[in-house]
Amino acid sequence: MSMAPAAGQLLGLAASQTVGPFFQIGCEDLYQTDLTVPGLAGTVITISGRILDADQLPVPDALVELWQANCLGKYAHPDDDQDKTVDPGFMGFGRCPTNAEGAFQFRTIKPGSVPSSTGTPQAPHINVSIFMRGLLNRLVTRIYFSDDKRNSVDEVLSLVDPGRRSTLFAEPDPGCPGAYRWDVILRGARETVFFDF
Amino acid sequence: MPIPQSRVASGPSRRVAASSPRVLALPGYRKPAPGIHPPHLHPDYVSSLKRAPAHPLVQIRQTLSEVTGPCFQAHHLKVGADLTTQGEGAPLGEKILLTGRVLDEEGRPVRNTLVEIWQANAAGRYRHLVDQHAAPIDPNFIGKGQLLTDEEGRYQFKTIKPGAYPWRNHPNAWRPAHIHFSLFGPAFSTRLMTQMYFPGDPLLPFDPIFNGIRDEAARQRLIALFDWQTTIPEDALGFRFDIVLRGRLETPMENRP
Repeated sequence: MSMAPAAGQLLGLAASQTVGPFFQIGCEDLYQTDLTVPGLAGTVITISGRILDADQLPVPDALVELWQANCLGKYAHPDDDQDKTVDPGFMGFGRCPTNAEGAFQFRTIKPGSVPSSTGTPQAPHINVSIFMRGLLNRLVTRIYFSDDKRNSVDEVLSLVDPGRRSTLFAEPDPGCPGAYRWDVILRGARETVFFDF
Repeated sequence: MPIPQSRVASGPSRRVAASSPRVLALPGYRKPAPGIHPPHLHPDYVSSLKRAPAHPLVQIRQTLSEVTGPCFQAHHLKVGADLTTQGEGAPLGEKILLTGRVLDEEGRPVRNTLVEIWQANAAGRYRHLVDQHAAPIDPNFIGKGQLLTDEEGRYQFKTIKPGAYPWRNHPNAWRPAHIHFSLFGPAFSTRLMTQMYFPGDPLLPFDPIFNGIRDEAARQRLIALFDWQTTIPEDALGFRFDIVLRGRLETPMENRP
């Protein structure tokens, strides 16, 4: 059975549906909250936060996924043909469900800079997908690091209303080196910026 | 539980370094046409009211971050693709053989991509603490499967047909029978969570989740087809469900928000 569409035609996309409240059954075997591997280069960090709804109540049934480059800004993917080395064993994928307090935590390394659509360096960032009951389509956002000077020249951040940019910044915990805090507010005042592309 | 360590090979170097700074020479992925993916805010689905963002999404150009994505390999898989043999005995219910292909919009196979599924048992009960539906747990059914598609993008799960179950979205609300699918595809841009439905289900017209998809053809595409050819005599009914993920633009110049 050939599935090739007629010339100039495209096959119809599969539509998104909610992950529902029971994703643990199918997703837990690939939960990965510690992205590091032995011998991995880079600065180890933790990113902790909570997901809050329009009433600022914790969302206890969300799934958070990360996709990130290594400390040199190289993705473990065949389409990243930058002349940079990959770290054996570092996949760059994280997956964590929120707990009863709406909280999640990852341990990883701070990614390096990767090129923007025009080839200029982007500020270090981690790509985030958020799935939950109540959302028929994922939410996509990015974690930047508030203490990184490269934020000021980042192409994606420059598209964001300056008054909302701070929602994308993980903030260092002054009492705990390497620990960052990043909360997600789904709706309302201080709503997190979400992207589409 | 951590994913075991893998060795990720560096991709072939296909490009000679040009003048700096380098432009993303890789084409991005096509944006879905309006109406295919449901909106975040869908008032008929009551939970969306407190969880959907109020601000419009910020449109960005795809970069290397969006055209790459996690690469799973066989050693990452923890469960099999036969959901009827995960317990001591056979699960209750109608056995089904679920087959299909994962393709891009041009009809090209999406190879070696992770597919995860999960579902309720034949009585409409999930094996999950949060599920308090009064239907029985089936000790022989866990309801999860994983696989990587083959070189033609094909997949095959053996399972049982899940039951419908009530939920609290509105009075006398029932979810049509469905199986949850999680797909990655080749990039962060192609990540997809969806649900597969069954043909002829009388609950479909009343389901706010299914009907959150505004495009009629896109709704129909989430309904599997009954398939005599894959039906196994004396054993399992065949259902076919092909899944199309975002395809690639022709040239990098189309990499527009």
